[in-house]
Amino acid sequence: FSLCQTVEHGFPHQPSALGYSPFLHLMAIGTRSGAIKLYGAPGVEFMGLHEENNTVMQIHFIPDQCQLVTLLDDNSLHLWSLKQHGGASELREEHRFTLKGPPGSPPSATQITAVLPHSSREVLYLGTESGNIFVVELPSFRVLEDRTISSEAVLQRIPEDNCNRRSCELVEALREHPKNPDQILIGYSRGLIVLWDLQNNKVTHHFLGSQQLENLYWQRDGSKFISCHYDGSYTQWPVSSDNRQPEPLENTVPYGPFPCKAISKIYWQTTKNGLPYIIFQGGMPRASYGDRHSISVIHGSQQTAFDFTSRVIDFFIIFSSEPAAEFDDPSAMVVLAEEELVVIDLKTAGWPAVHPPYLASLHCSAITCSHHVSNIPLKLWERIISAGSKQNVHYSSMPWPIDGGTNIAPDPPQRDLLLTGHEDGTVRFWDASGVCLHLLYKLSTVRVFLTDADPNDNMNTLGEDEWPPLRKVGTFDPYSDDPRLGIQKIYLCKYSGYLAVAGTAGQVLVMELNDEDAEHVVDHAEADLLQDQEGYRWKGHEKLKTRDGPVRFEAGFQPFVLVQCQPPAVVTSLALHSEWKLVAFGTSHGFGLFDHQQKRLVFVKCTLHPSDQLALEGPLSRVKSLKKSLRQSFRRIRRSRVSSRKRRGGSGNASEVQEANAKFDQDTLQEMELAPVQRKIEARSAEDSFTGFVRTLYFADTFLRDSSRHCPSLWAGTNGGTVYAFCLRVPPAERRMDEPVRAEQAKEIQLMHRAPVVGILVLDGRSTPLPEPLEVAHDLSKSPDMQGSHQLLVVSEEQFKVFTLPKVSSKLKLKLTALEGCRVRKVTVANFGSCKTDDYSENDLAVLTNLGDIQIISLPFLKLQIRYPCIRKEDVSGIASCVFTKYGQGFYLISPSEFERFSLSTKWLVEPRCVVDMPEVTTNNHVHSKPGVENAARKSSPGDYGEDERKSGRLMEHALLNDEKVLKEIQSTLEGGR
Amino acid sequence: EFRRFSLERSKPGKFEEFYGLLQHVHKIPNVDVLVGYTDIHGDLLPINNDDNYHKAVSTANPLLRIFMESFEDADYSAFGTDTMTRKKNVLSNVLRPDNHKKKPHIVISMPQDFRPVSSIIDVDILPETHRRVRLYKYGTDKPLGFYIRDGSSVRVTPHGLEKVPGIFISRLVPGGLAQSTGLLAVNDEVLEVNGIEVSGKSLDQVTDMMIANSRNLIITVRPANQRNNVVRNSRTSGSSGQSTESSLPSSTPNILGNLLQGEEESDEEDIIIEDSGEPQQIPKAAPTSESIESLSQIELLHESTQNGFLPSSEMNSNHSAGSISMEYDVPDAGRKSLEEDGTIITL
Repeated sequence: FSLCQTVEHGFPHQPSALGYSPFLHLMAIGTRSGAIKLYGAPGVEFMGLHEENNTVMQIHFIPDQCQLVTLLDDNSLHLWSLKQHGGASELREEHRFTLKGPPGSPPSATQITAVLPHSSREVLYLGTESGNIFVVELPSFRVLEDRTISSEAVLQRIPEDNCNRRSCELVEALREHPKNPDQILIGYSRGLIVLWDLQNNKVTHHFLGSQQLENLYWQRDGSKFISCHYDGSYTQWPVSSDNRQPEPLENTVPYGPFPCKAISKIYWQTTKNGLPYIIFQGGMPRASYGDRHSISVIHGSQQTAFDFTSRVIDFFIIFSSEPAAEFDDPSAMVVLAEEELVVIDLKTAGWPAVHPPYLASLHCSAITCSHHVSNIPLKLWERIISAGSKQNVHYSSMPWPIDGGTNIAPDPPQRDLLLTGHEDGTVRFWDASGVCLHLLYKLSTVRVFLTDADPNDNMNTLGEDEWPPLRKVGTFDPYSDDPRLGIQKIYLCKYSGYLAVAGTAGQVLVMELNDEDAEHVVDHAEADLLQDQEGYRWKGHEKLKTRDGPVRFEAGFQPFVLVQCQPPAVVTSLALHSEWKLVAFGTSHGFGLFDHQQKRLVFVKCTLHPSDQLALEGPLSRVKSLKKSLRQSFRRIRRSRVSSRKRRGGSGNASEVQEANAKFDQDTLQEMELAPVQRKIEARSAEDSFTGFVRTLYFADTFLRDSSRHCPSLWAGTNGGTVYAFCLRVPPAERRMDEPVRAEQAKEIQLMHRAPVVGILVLDGRSTPLPEPLEVAHDLSKSPDMQGSHQLLVVSEEQFKVFTLPKVSSKLKLKLTALEGCRVRKVTVANFGSCKTDDYSENDLAVLTNLGDIQIISLPFLKLQIRYPCIRKEDVSGIASCVFTKYGQGFYLISPSEFERFSLSTKWLVEPRCVVDMPEVTTNNHVHSKPGVENAARKSSPGDYGEDERKSGRLMEHALLNDEKVLKEIQSTLEGGR
Repeated sequence: EFRRFSLERSKPGKFEEFYGLLQHVHKIPNVDVLVGYTDIHGDLLPINNDDNYHKAVSTANPLLRIFMESFEDADYSAFGTDTMTRKKNVLSNVLRPDNHKKKPHIVISMPQDFRPVSSIIDVDILPETHRRVRLYKYGTDKPLGFYIRDGSSVRVTPHGLEKVPGIFISRLVPGGLAQSTGLLAVNDEVLEVNGIEVSGKSLDQVTDMMIANSRNLIITVRPANQRNNVVRNSRTSGSSGQSTESSLPSSTPNILGNLLQGEEESDEEDIIIEDSGEPQQIPKAAPTSESIESLSQIELLHESTQNGFLPSSEMNSNHSAGSISMEYDVPDAGRKSLEEDGTIITL
């Protein structure tokens, strides 16, 4: 055993910055908590964390290097490097640096607003709020004071009549000339733009913009550049040698004439056919579309404003980075929005989106539950993928454009599925086998029900004449039409393809995988869990209304049975037995068993204590008390605010204020004393609330009545420490449709400590947990030992207990809470192999406690093997979201959108392992001091530099780093080919 | 000899009359007897005045089992808590004529005549400033009835005085068990729960521990009021003990000295209802008879030698704090005969 947190799946929480290296083909994302994540080809990812945990403001890759610089909101700069270590690359922080002004200068003097890593790779230019541009040497971060470009120096070289001191305040943008590394374009916030010659320290050109500047972009050949402005306009400027103060070529307000929002970033991309791509963020008409998060792409007569579901953090364009290429030829646009990553294919007509292989938005709709299934049979896997591919036809077929680095991790040992249930009634199927959590298929249960939302309400359909030409992109949609649709429990049988899904309004759906579209009627049954109880009133939500008549379902999992619990309380437990064709479900009122073959309710059992009014009335009464406590805490906040205002705005009389303060302090102190945090110490009793809440359901073929005959059985555990066992009679397969399934209560065990029962398990004669249904039939498990006597393991939140069967006598127990004060939150049987020998494996219990610790407890002797702190105990949602896999791995949510993957087993470890080789900086790349070589290189390779050739070039460089022999081989083959 | 007769529940009359009735139905008019009955928990309790006589009649549902014993042969220890479950056989004890004779006891106020609701234990091993209180929560409706809170206390450490977080009793519920014992008071600092130190544990953790142990709760406190401490005779001066304790907080004794084996096991017995029959206590497994059980037993012993794992008889005496302890049964002939006694109805 060893606990190892291996990788974070999903979309980073609160992203704040984006960077891209066209050289490494790597993308970097920074977050508000100071994390930095690098992504390349699928499986290539790195993560780093700034010690300061400050927001990452900007990320810049150093040209032609495996290095990047981050700027945090505390104005510190950090240099990170990818270095190879033990065969794999690692991301490490190398240096940190904070720009310091002369003593006594205001903090704005050194507040960095723009960063330009120079192509010489030797210096960084840092634009500041004061208008000064500082130069620091890399990698030492030594300030080269003699090279500072002060705003005074710039002003001196501009005719005074056009500018004043204030024109040079705040550097908004710094751009290096694409062809001449000795020239940089400096854009100041107030609209002044100057082209600065680094060699001679002089202004070669200056451009007077009338509007507040937002950003700048050079045309590829350096003859023009484009500026974008606060008023929603962009301007093209010529750079010619004769005119020192050029006039704008063109000034456009794309979404005018009414006032528009700022265009904050702009790209100008040239193409072979002559029509450039102008791509810019923002610029929407303020009044009617000011709330949209848009990026517009204009290419000739085509224009689309991509409308994102959340705020756009930043974006970049992937274009031909070969310096020798004549045109940019943009291929893809990568947009980081606050809640998702969207990539648009610019090469395919219609500009479709590309399906990202990673960074999936897990939280498109809030995750309400998760379920993991290990080792999926290939057949089922392929069918799910095929169902999913039919849903993804609107995606581009373009290969993933961010393809830097090489994944050298071994192939995942098996196919694993992670199923997440969402608030909007969908279940998403994720490929959780490897490092990239990839969406395979999305299932919606909404179709079965009648909801207020119109299913034909499609946001994408817009008339051709619409202006602006908005197009919704992205999948993030946190608004649920009806909270009752929320998925609470999922159970998938990987052998039969049966799926059971249960939700917030007591709905239980059984589904079957169908490879074709189909239209059919869903059989509908109601389970009255309060059968024998009279005179109770449910004050919670109503049950969902169902659709009459046949419903059309797309290929994939299609529901054929719907059971609705009455009262329609949240389904709290679910079990499916695909061999017996039975599904069991439980709520806070009781549990029931449904035969989905004959479509008949077998029985229901009410577990309610007659005095438990709270459970009867439903969630409303609890809401009331929550409201009350909220109101109280608000009142407290308000009171403290009022008093602080009083203090600040105190009248001249100081002593009076002091007196008032003292009085207030006394009052608050008294209030504190009146209501200290205290806990009631009381034994649990049968009359406690929610004792009937069904926590766990379990099917087992075991010896329930006598030791000579085993039979199918259903076990249920409640919040009040009761275990019910029902003996089932399932007719043999040939008479399965003719005879009814019968059930009879055989046992009822009351644990005297009355803690909630969270797990029930039967161990066979060899003390091995009983296999899953159909596992034996598929030859994937040894058949259980039916000779020796079986044992029953009951896990409550406080204790583990083993009883003998069929006569129940207590055999072993392990007390957890009484000795440690922690409680069991999650428990699963996991199989642990040895990393040394292949033929050894054992079953243990993996347990997560309310303190966030993970404990491994041996079976069948209940001996604590090891304990690891895993999740912070304050992280309640993290603990609640944890799922264990069958082979000792697990997932828990570290934010609404990210799963942390961990492994308890040394044998099964899924973690990123990848290499980023630094391509040799060839003479192709224009280097500061050798302009001659650049020309030579251009001559040798004519205009359209083939994609294949570029790849082989990379391959060659790749090899050069590793082995000269290989290099020679490749060279010879290449030469031979030519 | 057995007699069965009826009484009017609403008018039981006086003890004297009942005593006479018993002598009459047994035809022993001049023999002094001790009278006892079994209450709902299976305890043998005495009947010797009007009050406990009325209590006895009120608990009959509908049968009241009464035991009589010649005054001279009386075995006083037969009365009290757990007498029915712990003693091998009360009847044989009571009825056996050759029971070794004991000195005559005073009839009234024998400690055994009462069921304990609380006790101070381990006085001999605890520092005088501490008090270890055991609360006995029977199947009664009487709540434990207290609240705990966070607070801070001052400890003497090698670095001088230090303020450390602690857990304190914040409130006693009137009429609750805790209040009625008089052994716990508001602002007493809780040091241990069932032998486990609470230092370093959160309020919620300590709450969970106390509730998990609520059927047999042993709390070690440092009473806020130090004037009622038990003063030990054996010690010449109490001060030295106090100072050693307070100078090294880690030396707080955490062994539950008097936690008897039997007591630990009697804390809770789960209940089973088979085929909607009568609720019964779940017995301990008696494994030797079944082959597979004995196999696992062998494995178990094998493991115990490997991992320094102790069978339960040693475990309990070696009950160490802070680690998870496990209990399981090793075949024990003496106890087995008791377990086969039959069903004990507790609901």
